Amino acid sequence: MIIRKLKQNFAFTAMWLSCGFTVLILLIVVGYVIIKGFAHINMDFFLTPPRGGLSGEGGISSTIIATVYLVITTLVFATPLGVGAGIFLVEYADNFRSRFVQKLVVIARFGVETLAGVPSIIFGLFGYALFVTTLHFGFSILSAALAGTCLVIPVIIRTTEEALKAVPDSYREASLAMGAGKWETIWKVVLPSAITGISTGIVLSAGRIVSETAIFYVTLGGSYRTPTSLMSSGRTMALHVYYLAMETRAFDKALATGAVLIVLIIILNLVINTVSRWLST
Amino acid sequence: MRKNKRRLDAAMKNSLLFAALASILIVMLIGVFTFREALPAFRDIGLEKLLTESVWRPGEGQYGILAMIAGSGLVTAGAVILGVPLALGCAIFLSEIAHPNLRALVKPCVELLAGIPSVVYGLFGMVIIVPIVRGIDMPGNTGFGLFSASIVLAVMILPTITSVAEHAIRSVPKEFREGSLALGATKWETIQKVVIPGARSGIISAIVLGLGRALGETIAMIMVIGNSVIIPAASTGNPLSIFLSRARTLTGNIAVEINYATGLHESALFATGVILFVLIMIVNSSAKYLMSHGNTGKNR
Repeated sequence: MIIRKLKQNFAFTAMWLSCGFTVLILLIVVGYVIIKGFAHINMDFFLTPPRGGLSGEGGISSTIIATVYLVITTLVFATPLGVGAGIFLVEYADNFRSRFVQKLVVIARFGVETLAGVPSIIFGLFGYALFVTTLHFGFSILSAALAGTCLVIPVIIRTTEEALKAVPDSYREASLAMGAGKWETIWKVVLPSAITGISTGIVLSAGRIVSETAIFYVTLGGSYRTPTSLMSSGRTMALHVYYLAMETRAFDKALATGAVLIVLIIILNLVINTVSRWLST
Repeated sequence: MRKNKRRLDAAMKNSLLFAALASILIVMLIGVFTFREALPAFRDIGLEKLLTESVWRPGEGQYGILAMIAGSGLVTAGAVILGVPLALGCAIFLSEIAHPNLRALVKPCVELLAGIPSVVYGLFGMVIIVPIVRGIDMPGNTGFGLFSASIVLAVMILPTITSVAEHAIRSVPKEFREGSLALGATKWETIQKVVIPGARSGIISAIVLGLGRALGETIAMIMVIGNSVIIPAASTGNPLSIFLSRARTLTGNIAVEINYATGLHESALFATGVILFVLIMIVNSSAKYLMSHGNTGKNR
């Protein structure tokens, strides 16, 4: 018995340690980047554009603008498609009698799952081949946003599906019984009660775009100038970290930009957690 | 009024159907486009030569990606060896041992670990891990290489494996545990002999999913692995020194060269993409298969 107890204590200590170590890794990575990075952050850092060249001088103003620009453009493409597909899969897909449509639905579900597993560089490769070269959009916000759309669509579809499935059927039945049409029911009854869940998916997608680098490395071009139109090249904050670290070795500026990124991601996570906690109560 | 309503219903139904079909269209476009661009490479170089030749010199018409396959394989293996024990320990701790309050505190940490951008992991690797690894006294060791990359990658796959494995362990029915405890087993014996075997397929698929993530990681790998196109080899008698060798991953090969590649070179990079895509599809569908057909506690 003593030996069995000892074994248990030993095993539990190992589990405790591995969990503690995981949290420690997080604290080290986040702590190091934030502490080192914040030492170089001041108002000027946010307000001046990078000066380019090998020294890595200047701030990050144009990269903030490019990031916001890209996130908004991507969401403009991805939200209607993703939310629409989610609504279709939950509310309509099972009502079709035609064999053909049913098969299409099965393929669509498979497609969403496949998309979710594709590594991001493949989207970059595809985006480069189709949007940058074949369609002659060049290295631009537009090309990058279209490639980014492929990345976030599965995220939006999944969260939309989950949010809609959580709406009780009695809501729909009550609305239909009162004479509302199918779409009227969805628009006025189902969507309002699922809207918080759906917006979680959209915030999550914004986070994915902010932190993605590989896709935009091959589609966005990396110019450090402020983007002025959909066709201009640009550099997101994440991409800026990469260029600073690999091409200029200005690690202090890279860490500062990384710190801004981490704080942004923490804020987005907090938003999502608060929303979903609010949802479950 | 009534007619309008019905017309609106039909219009919305069709436009939503279109949105759903767009996801099929995207997958097909990606498949068709990547494959179309890769076709010249498969035709002119040949799949066999691509996969078995180790020399990659686009300037001289030599396109073998064996070195990149070895690089991706080794760095993934390293990440799995380093990351899996930690992730599983963490998963068991969170699901079986931790007090709910502690779990509520640690869970967001694991989620945050998954949310940190890969470029930040790469930067951290360059600034902290590479200089430490450089301290290992071995000939030709620059710090950049498989070992540094494995450490960074292990941290990146840790949250994926932890949360999927934890979910699998939690879905083992309570009665199993109660039965085992009632028979006089200790809590650890219960975990070891009842809970873990019950969640086995879920745990394995968690590891396989982590493997898929590891194979697909790009930016962080470019930043710490050194990107040399060589088949990693041990520099001294110690076989472990192979991990100090520089290498290049399949993903890195695409990202580093695609923007200036033309002709057959470009096509060979698309072929690299196709091979990566097939590899990941195999990995992910085996994870999915394990999840749906494995003997999880519930359907036994």
